[in-house]
Amino acid sequence: MSKLLEVKDLRVSFNTYNGEVQAVRGVSFELNKGETLAIVGESGSGKSVTSNALMRLLPEPQSVIKSGEILLEGEDIVKKSKKEMQKIRGKDISMVFQDPMSSLNPTMKIGNQIMEGLIKHQNMNKSDARKRALELLDLVGIPQPEIRINQFPHQFSGGMRQRVVVAIALACNPKILIADEPTTALDVTIQAQILELMKDIQKKTDSAIIFITHDLGVVANVADRVAVMYAGKIVEIGTVDDIFYNPKHPYTWGLIGSMPTLDSTDEELFAIPGSPPNMLKPPAGDAFAPRNQFALEIDTVMEPPMFKVSDTHYAATWLLHEDAPKVEPPEAVKQRMLGFAKTGRKDGEKR
Amino acid sequence: MARYLLRRLWYMFITLFIIATVSFFLMKFLPGSPLKADDKLSEEQKTIILEKYGLNDPVPVQYVRYLGNLVQGDLGVSFAFDNTPVTKILSAKIGPSALLGGQALVLGTVLGILLGLIASIYRNGPVDYTSTIIAVLGTSVPSFVFAGLLQYFFAVRWDLLPVALWGGFEYTILPTIALAISPLAVAARFTRTEMIEVLHSNYITTARAKGITEAGIIFKHGLRNALIPLVTVIGPMAVSLMTGSLVIEKIFAIPGIGEQFVTSVTVNDYPTIMGTTLMFAFGFVIIILIIDLLYGLIDPRIRIAGGKK
Amino acid sequence: MDKKNLNQIDKNLFRPLKQEENISEKISAPSRTFGQDARRTLFKNKPAIVSIFIILLIILMSIIGPHMNDYGNNGQDLSRAKLPPRVPVLENVSWLGLNGTLSGRYEGTNVKDATAKAMARYKSTDEFVDIKVLDEGDGTRNSAAVRATFHIYEAKELNDTYFWFGTDTLGRDQWTRLWEGTRVSLIIAFVAAALDLLIGVAYGGVSGFYGGRVDNILQRIAEVLVGIPNLVVILLMMLILQPGIVSIVIALAITGWIGMSRIVRGEVLKLTNQEFVLAARTLGTSNGTIIRRHLVPNITGIIIVNTMFSIPGAIFFEAFLSFIGLGIVPPKASLGALIELGFANLRLYPYLLVFPATVLSVLMIAFNILGDGLRDAFDPKMHK
Repeated sequence: MSKLLEVKDLRVSFNTYNGEVQAVRGVSFELNKGETLAIVGESGSGKSVTSNALMRLLPEPQSVIKSGEILLEGEDIVKKSKKEMQKIRGKDISMVFQDPMSSLNPTMKIGNQIMEGLIKHQNMNKSDARKRALELLDLVGIPQPEIRINQFPHQFSGGMRQRVVVAIALACNPKILIADEPTTALDVTIQAQILELMKDIQKKTDSAIIFITHDLGVVANVADRVAVMYAGKIVEIGTVDDIFYNPKHPYTWGLIGSMPTLDSTDEELFAIPGSPPNMLKPPAGDAFAPRNQFALEIDTVMEPPMFKVSDTHYAATWLLHEDAPKVEPPEAVKQRMLGFAKTGRKDGEKR
Repeated sequence: MARYLLRRLWYMFITLFIIATVSFFLMKFLPGSPLKADDKLSEEQKTIILEKYGLNDPVPVQYVRYLGNLVQGDLGVSFAFDNTPVTKILSAKIGPSALLGGQALVLGTVLGILLGLIASIYRNGPVDYTSTIIAVLGTSVPSFVFAGLLQYFFAVRWDLLPVALWGGFEYTILPTIALAISPLAVAARFTRTEMIEVLHSNYITTARAKGITEAGIIFKHGLRNALIPLVTVIGPMAVSLMTGSLVIEKIFAIPGIGEQFVTSVTVNDYPTIMGTTLMFAFGFVIIILIIDLLYGLIDPRIRIAGGKK
Repeated sequence: MDKKNLNQIDKNLFRPLKQEENISEKISAPSRTFGQDARRTLFKNKPAIVSIFIILLIILMSIIGPHMNDYGNNGQDLSRAKLPPRVPVLENVSWLGLNGTLSGRYEGTNVKDATAKAMARYKSTDEFVDIKVLDEGDGTRNSAAVRATFHIYEAKELNDTYFWFGTDTLGRDQWTRLWEGTRVSLIIAFVAAALDLLIGVAYGGVSGFYGGRVDNILQRIAEVLVGIPNLVVILLMMLILQPGIVSIVIALAITGWIGMSRIVRGEVLKLTNQEFVLAARTLGTSNGTIIRRHLVPNITGIIIVNTMFSIPGAIFFEAFLSFIGLGIVPPKASLGALIELGFANLRLYPYLLVFPATVLSVLMIAFNILGDGLRDAFDPKMHK
């Protein structure tokens, strides 16, 4: 499989009034054609910053990509100029945002908002663009497209609006579609519809998808591979099976353990105590240590490197060092892992 | 929408009615009559004259007649100008005021929007700094100060433009500039604030993610959304133009409504004063209503029922 | 990290870590009260601080200014009329124009002709008029030009008198009149603003606090009143009442309270609908206490800001009314009246306009900047 995207040791910081906030501290991953990579983490883990950095959408000069490479089909887009990026955005990479209420221009007909990208990137004339826009509206499941194409965003419901946003993102057949928490702002039932829509579209268009979320349930549904982020770094990365059946990082255990599920017998919900660290002064060593019941002394001294668990599975935790004590995931986590194995994941498909 | 319109019309009606009534009763309190002080008339002759103007009738009758006249557009007759109907006096003077007001509004608004736009794009740059200073000065310092400065330097000292009076186009330059400073300051400040807010909106990020150029973002997406609320500011602008015109017309001796008003005050020509005041009031109320309706029309969120965001 | 390094790590480091309690829950920034935040934001705002000083300075001058020299307000003395400003010490700084001279540019067919015009204008002779030739001219009309500087103080044998801001057409000392006029304008503005505050807060507060029918009726009335343009009401009021300080104050108060009442009502409505008021009511707190302890502290900020903006509005209106002849009438002084006189004499005696216009402008700018600064200070989003 060709490597569509390679991110190598990306570091992004923000220059704030109080000092430098290191939002992304060395993130590396790959994305292949046609696959869906989910990036999971809490608020403040750096997942959104990473995805925005991929499109160079971060505000300058408040933010700066300090180092690292982002190779899109071999070309480093960190080095590209503004004008060059404008050609890439919307065409090679596009994005679906979190809040459909505010992501659309309220005074512009949605037809025009879809057609804008087509006219710019693919030099279509207005009537061709309109035809394509109608096709797209149909593709994303909006009924009566000929009428809807002339309407304004406020005339659509939340779920419909998000579909429109997806249509806009897909207009020029991008190679990569980044979905930044696209369902967080929607009702659960609508959430399911949008997820179905995205899977559907991927089958049809073969785009790669990067799916940002804090919800592991969603991940189970759509992803091929998962990267777990904490405090600006990827702490565990692997296929969906790796992560759900065989998680190795205590933080991943925490995430899995805190998913509500019908399978477990415990009466309390497992929660990860504390809150994410202050990225103004990132701690030495493992950033997760203060909240980690399985922390080792070395966690306060040195950051753990990525340990290889298998060809597809890596985790950055000292627990995988040969000298570390053997630790089992907590009961709550084990039960859920068992539950996954039994049902073969929520959508019933095995990859 | 129709309901809203009806409600507003109703309120407008009541407001105008109250203003007219108050004006009428005020008139009754003020001394002054068609009789000139130096008329050597006998009592009988005075009575005949007063009767002719209906001033000897009981007050309620006069009131009803007054209202009736108003509805027909009759504002009474002037005491000062040999009993010329007030409407005649005013209609002769409305031209210069309208011209000045229109010029100042257009000049001020257009320049102000430009200034505010540039300031919002190059924040904390020299244009932003200048724009802020202009905004502060323009909204704080009264227009007559500017008028004075302009008049002194451009007309008296450097003799570049006429000092006062009304003639060709060059006579309108200084007064227009003086009058335009206030709308300019308001428009600049407003545009800047709105643009900055709009440029931080999520849909601008979406547009960027589509690869739209900066220019496209600013003009196609940003400006359109930022300027819609500008309509709401035109109301207060109109007010300041009206107050400004009284002063500016006096300073530059322009034969407009404002100047007429001031003169009438000086000679205690009450019908003209009342007539002018009523005209101001009516004009103002109507402008406010038009603006409200206009806003409803140009914002698609309101125009097309689906409600406001 | 390569394998060699990994194997050389001290095995002791792989013991479980004893966690200290609660480090991760610590909040790292110091906590501050709202008042402290507000004060800090204000003090960081340099233009606002400067404005405060300027305002205080002007207020001070309006009180003690007239007493700083011996001239009274009403000393009309035509022999000392139309004298330009003259300030001791500063008179030696040529470009300031405070040296007690009048100057102007005079044109004629030749230098002699121009000079004669200057002399005629000043009704004086060589002795007191300096002539500087600007253009020799060639005999055609207005081709020659001279700059004439008239030492008027000496001409009138007033070598030892100093009128710091000059005198007006009736010989009254401008310095004194300026500060007395400022005093009048300030008094009008403050009293009117105070009245606006009282009426506005009462009306808006009652409307917002009691809500329901009371609110409905009060708001209907207000809606109609708001439709009547301020200008119109003020003009009408001034026509009935005798021009003077009291009438201006009344006129301003009658029109100004509506803005304040609207804002107060909005805030009060917002607050009374919040849970903490409901909680207080449930606990049986009386209305009075609720108002005092819960509502007042929260609306103080907004009231202060609004008042700070209504003051320059009042100053402006007074100046405006006096300017068009409906305000303060001579011989009394106010900023507006002084400016009006200044305009009448703009051509020949510009200094009559400059000083009152400057004070007026500075006052208005200062209040506006201060108002902006206070608004930012009270807005939690603007706190740094």
